Amino acid sequence: MFLHEARLKRQILLDALFRNMTRVAALGVLLLLGSILFSLVMGSMPAIHAFGFGFLKSPDWDPVNDKFGALIPIIGTLVTSGIALLIAIPVSFGIALFLTELSPRALRRPLGIAIELLAGIPSIIYGMWGLFVFAPLFGDRIEPWINDHLGTLPYVGPFFSGPPMGIGMLTASIILAIMVIPFISSVMRDVFEVVPPMLKESAYGLGSTTWEVVMKVVLPYTKVGVAGGIMLGLGRALGETMAVTFVIGNAHELSKSLLNPGNSISSALANEFTEAVGELYTSSLIELGLILFFITFVVLSIARFMLYRLGRREGKAS
Amino acid sequence: MNVTPNRIVVKDLNFYYGKFHALKGINMDIADKKVTAFIGPSGCGKSTLLRTFNRMYQLYPQQTATGAIMLDGDNILDRNQDLNKLRAKVGMVFQKPTPFPMSIYDNIAFGVKLYQNLSKNDMDERVEWALKKAALWVEVKDKLKQSGMGLSGGQQQRLCIARAIAVKPQVLLLDEPTSALDPISTAHIEKLIDELKEDFTIVIVTHNMQQAARVSDYTAYMYLGDLVEFDETSSVFTNPKRKETEDYITGRFG
Repeated sequence: MFLHEARLKRQILLDALFRNMTRVAALGVLLLLGSILFSLVMGSMPAIHAFGFGFLKSPDWDPVNDKFGALIPIIGTLVTSGIALLIAIPVSFGIALFLTELSPRALRRPLGIAIELLAGIPSIIYGMWGLFVFAPLFGDRIEPWINDHLGTLPYVGPFFSGPPMGIGMLTASIILAIMVIPFISSVMRDVFEVVPPMLKESAYGLGSTTWEVVMKVVLPYTKVGVAGGIMLGLGRALGETMAVTFVIGNAHELSKSLLNPGNSISSALANEFTEAVGELYTSSLIELGLILFFITFVVLSIARFMLYRLGRREGKAS
Repeated sequence: MNVTPNRIVVKDLNFYYGKFHALKGINMDIADKKVTAFIGPSGCGKSTLLRTFNRMYQLYPQQTATGAIMLDGDNILDRNQDLNKLRAKVGMVFQKPTPFPMSIYDNIAFGVKLYQNLSKNDMDERVEWALKKAALWVEVKDKLKQSGMGLSGGQQQRLCIARAIAVKPQVLLLDEPTSALDPISTAHIEKLIDELKEDFTIVIVTHNMQQAARVSDYTAYMYLGDLVEFDETSSVFTNPKRKETEDYITGRFG
């Protein structure tokens, strides 16, 4: 009897220990998030005091005279990520659609694995490939064509005319697109696969074509997952550092042309921390980090909110 | 055997899942504007037979059919058969309700839009007609804009029936349409089947022999890919000619 009770006691103790360990782990995440935010805010205080909200609107970036503004990197981050998504979404959709609906069975696995492997390539490899292989090719062959054909169009022309150097905002966007395609397409494929076959058969049974079934039944049915995959890609594109730093040109210049070099928040941080002298310079860089943190947070919140509203309209979430 | 005209004539139909021979030389006539029920134990081929009538099996590359299924003088199995046209003539309802992720109205309009360009008014009328035919109009007329997925199971299944008949097909295929429903919803659907046969030729696959006896005019008993017995429902259930059929319907087997 005595032995039994001791064992019981030990089990109760172990159980409590385990419960508290999981609690600590869960709370630890919150604590970590809070302290990162705290140290970012503390670190950027000098810059916030010096420039106020003007920091967000100013295109200046003059370390010699201690004048800093975040406009160029913010625009660079948003524009490169936006263009990357514009390219990546249709391509990923095509890949996912092919893999789930059209591909012969024998091709499905090898293709799916190849795409997942793409996601595993370290970003510095993409950066090197972008700088040494893609950028020269792009500058020699494609940018002159863009200049001649898109650069002469009304309205959008200024965005596409500029020196064909190979590196610049557009190159960074394309590299980013290539990097996020595996993420978006594998999420899309996974959610397309969970559509009940009977639902698709119902649409086929009414005489729909594959295109109609996908656009009107599969996509609406999976929109939450598809949007989630796109947000995952966007999150990655916004924060991607190494590959972008290699090909964006790292110039603090505001230019309409996508062919010109630009800068993004993360590549400014990666490039300049080592050479940042003086409190205000360092603090401005930390504030850039805070802004990136904030942008990512807002993007993810908007996505959550949109999905919540969509869900409510469908009558699913109650 | 029957005096009513035939809508579908099946000749020497063989069906294969890869190498597995699932239907073995089926010959049968499906009477126009009557209810024909396919019964038999699981795996006997009754759903497979149903799915040849709209070539649903075509979605899966391993599945093949040989022989002929004549509808309106056309062979359904013909390579050149236009699948979209075929499926406008042959509608289908499945084991589980499958409302599309859109509003009730759009669920009905979905199929119609594939074939016809109706004005807003005509479409409204068609949706109302289909929902009335499916005995759902009274319950949903005030919430046509709401999602079809918010309806109860029985309502969803009637929505699926409405969606199928909105296209005005000649033939309606029902693949165990009440297997996922409660008894009250099942009674609703059975009553509906009785009304729908005035306009449509109905083929129903069912696990439930009482259901076959209640709703059908003709019954086919299938076993292991063979059509064992096919006759008027009353004679199949009261006076089966084959011993196997009698064993099955009396519950001694299956």
